[in-house]
Amino acid sequence: MQEEAKTLKEITEEEYQWGFVTDIEEERIPSGLDEKIIQLLSEKKGEPEWMLEWRLRAYRHWLTLKEPKWANVHYGPIDYQAITYYSAPKKRQELKSLDEVDPEIRKTFEKLGISIEEQKRFSGVAVDAVFDSVSVATTFKEKLAELGIIFCSFSEAVQKHPDLVKKYLGTVVPHNDNFFASLNSAVFSDGSFCYVPKGVRSPMELSTYFRINAANTGQFERTLIIADEGSYVSYLEGCTAPMRDENQLHAAVVELIALDNAEIKYSTIQNWYPGDKNGKGGIYNFVTKRGKCAGKNSKISWTQVETGSAITWKYPGCILAGDNSVGAFYSVALANHYQQADTGTKMIHIGKNTRSTIISKGISGGHGQNTYRGLVRILKRAAGARNYSQCDSLLLGDKCGAHTFPYVEVNNSSSQLEHEASTSKISEDQLFYCRSRGLSQEDAVNLVVNGFCKTVFKELPMEFAVEAQKLLGVSLEGAVG
Amino acid sequence: MEPLTQQLERDFKVTGNSWIDRIRKEAFQSLAQLPYPTSEQEEWKYTDVEPIVGAPFRLAERKELLVPFEKRKHLTFSGIHAIRRVFVNGYHCPKLSSTEPLPQGVIVDNLATILQNNPKRVEPYLSRYAKDQNNPFIAINTAFFQEGAFLYLPKGITLEHPIHLVYFSQSNGAAAVSHPRTLVIAEEGSEARIVETYIGDGSYWTNAVTEIVLGENARIHSCKIQEESAEAFHLSTLFIHQNRDSRASSHVISLGGKITRNDVRALLDAEGSEVTLNGLTMASDNQHVDNQTLIDHAKPHSTSDELYKGILDGKSNGVFNGRIVVRPNAQKIRAQQTNKNLLLSDDAKMNTKPLLEIHADDVRCNHGATIGRLDENQLFYLRSRGMGEAEARTLLTYAFASDMIQRLAYGPLETYLEILLLQRLGHAEEELR
Repeated sequence: MQEEAKTLKEITEEEYQWGFVTDIEEERIPSGLDEKIIQLLSEKKGEPEWMLEWRLRAYRHWLTLKEPKWANVHYGPIDYQAITYYSAPKKRQELKSLDEVDPEIRKTFEKLGISIEEQKRFSGVAVDAVFDSVSVATTFKEKLAELGIIFCSFSEAVQKHPDLVKKYLGTVVPHNDNFFASLNSAVFSDGSFCYVPKGVRSPMELSTYFRINAANTGQFERTLIIADEGSYVSYLEGCTAPMRDENQLHAAVVELIALDNAEIKYSTIQNWYPGDKNGKGGIYNFVTKRGKCAGKNSKISWTQVETGSAITWKYPGCILAGDNSVGAFYSVALANHYQQADTGTKMIHIGKNTRSTIISKGISGGHGQNTYRGLVRILKRAAGARNYSQCDSLLLGDKCGAHTFPYVEVNNSSSQLEHEASTSKISEDQLFYCRSRGLSQEDAVNLVVNGFCKTVFKELPMEFAVEAQKLLGVSLEGAVG
Repeated sequence: MEPLTQQLERDFKVTGNSWIDRIRKEAFQSLAQLPYPTSEQEEWKYTDVEPIVGAPFRLAERKELLVPFEKRKHLTFSGIHAIRRVFVNGYHCPKLSSTEPLPQGVIVDNLATILQNNPKRVEPYLSRYAKDQNNPFIAINTAFFQEGAFLYLPKGITLEHPIHLVYFSQSNGAAAVSHPRTLVIAEEGSEARIVETYIGDGSYWTNAVTEIVLGENARIHSCKIQEESAEAFHLSTLFIHQNRDSRASSHVISLGGKITRNDVRALLDAEGSEVTLNGLTMASDNQHVDNQTLIDHAKPHSTSDELYKGILDGKSNGVFNGRIVVRPNAQKIRAQQTNKNLLLSDDAKMNTKPLLEIHADDVRCNHGATIGRLDENQLFYLRSRGMGEAEARTLLTYAFASDMIQRLAYGPLETYLEILLLQRLGHAEEELR
């Protein structure tokens, strides 16, 4: 299952494998952003009036906002007028079957190991593939529909299930939440929509694969997942992009809603193009993800493996509104080359006896800067709330940085809260122990790094755990002296 | 905001000494670019200074003060022989201070006297470390301090007795502010223990700045006991600058005051330096206590150990913001930071933010923070042994705080604080004796 372990050096110098460009005809609207563009975009998608109104409201609010500067990341100014807000593979019609997907696009996803066709036979995962701005294919729709599960592209949901979209859109991440969320609300092009009805346990993992292909575009997708009472769904997302010298913006919004006794498990493997060895190019990944445990005993867990992107700015959070609800956040973030990651979570305890767990593992190499920024807020009425946070950082070079910024706010005395964090180089003692047991230096390092990330990897669904381990199959040869 | 600025201009005076006038003027002018902090600023997120800067505070005047009898006992530690200097409203009060022969070369004097008679002694140090772009209160102190304590320890001297600096404030109706300034210079291989007591009567504002400069292999143990009156505002900043192989420790005990803000900044500027920062907060009613610490590991092979504990009762508010910075190439650093808090009431609040900023790889840095209440099992055990509920709670609360007292590592001071704590926890003084 595991390929031959790659040394850190190889990993550091390795070319980004998913950096190819697919040459397909694309349809794009002129670059720039104003109300006309939004109208055009909405028109292209044949959206109802209320959707356009919602977008314009977000846009007008966005105009009043300033780009946030508080994150521990540095980048040049972004010209929001130079970005093309809509780019789609051309000749898109209603697809009857997957065979109708543009063969070029199919090839792309096959190269990425997401063979849309073969997915049918593997029967494991239902995939929604998002290419640039639009969703190109969703597999297993019928099978899911038998159970009443709606899994489709966001545009389709707007057309076919407007009531559900209207009811839940913006209830977790409102259109005026923050700069990037407002921008997304104004211009989001597509994304995935999922609704799991009462008492249904999704029999397979649902998955979205995001791919940025076109140059000078931004990808703004929006995902909305609703788990109705007593239901369960596990959702995976993966992302890649071609290698380009300019920076591309990715500002997504993900909203999760779990009603009474429902559970949502959301896993991400983010591997956007991180830029080259000198920090040129790469994706700016400015994402707003938030889940709301609206019902009693509901549960939302975020698992993320962040290996790509030039800059990551992302805080998947949980609003624990229902009594006894549970939030969890498991993260492995790698910052290599000149990558910068400012990521963490927010746990807002509102309901009684709410619990949350935060496990964050940061690995910094090269000139990478890795920041954990988290907030745990326990409101006064959240009696008996409980939180445990652990943030560990591993440093692989002397030019990288690891930072931990946890905020803990407790407003009642019946809650119990622990936070611990450590930052260190790989332990010499552990290495020595392994060496004394006959392991080679490389194997010893591998073992320790694997152990470092294990608590997070074990939260991932099997398919992803393998991919994640491959991505991080780091042997620290030469990094330990 | 206006009132303070106006009074500042009125109170700004020149002393006639060109060097000191220059730093005062610079500090005063820098205030123009330094707006008062708001909750927008990260370091002031949880502390609102509006009640302080919005009130018409005037610089406290020098006058003969009658220290109330019940407060007088705080001026001395029973059973401790100490070199004592007492300041009333920021002015040195020789009558209440002790006189004793000091070892050759040691200076323990009024800073104003030194500035007048021997400014060369002070010039290389004063205001050199106490600088901050984000904190106008330091600049205000530099621009307006009247008197303060100056301590000089020559090479190789160890002081047998602690130095006890008492800053007593009293207001007679009008809101008065004092800006006590303390400067400690410890030359190579010297050692001393310094205790600062802040205490007072009525409503006033204390804006203190302390600078401690340690030479090679010097040792300074500093302890600040803050027992300000219930209506007082207390802002203080302590700067510690460390040279090679020096050891510094700071204990910040916060008991009184309406709004308290303590900044402690240690700069480990040479190899082999070690710093210990300890803090204990006991707050109740509407008290607000904000502790901010910064440990800056600028050079390799330095060590820091930090433990702050808070006990919050009533509607009190606690803040802890501890920052540990390891600069690039500062390898072989060990840093340990812990913040533990006990919430005794449902209306008490605690905000904690332990920060690690690490720019070197060969380090071992840990931090931990906990917030919780008294352990039900421990309470149950004590109750099952026949102890009353209130007593059991007091005992467990005291136990939570007791290791902070032990960390003072100086018997007579430990006893003094133990009594102080038990009094706070509701024990009558007679019982304790």
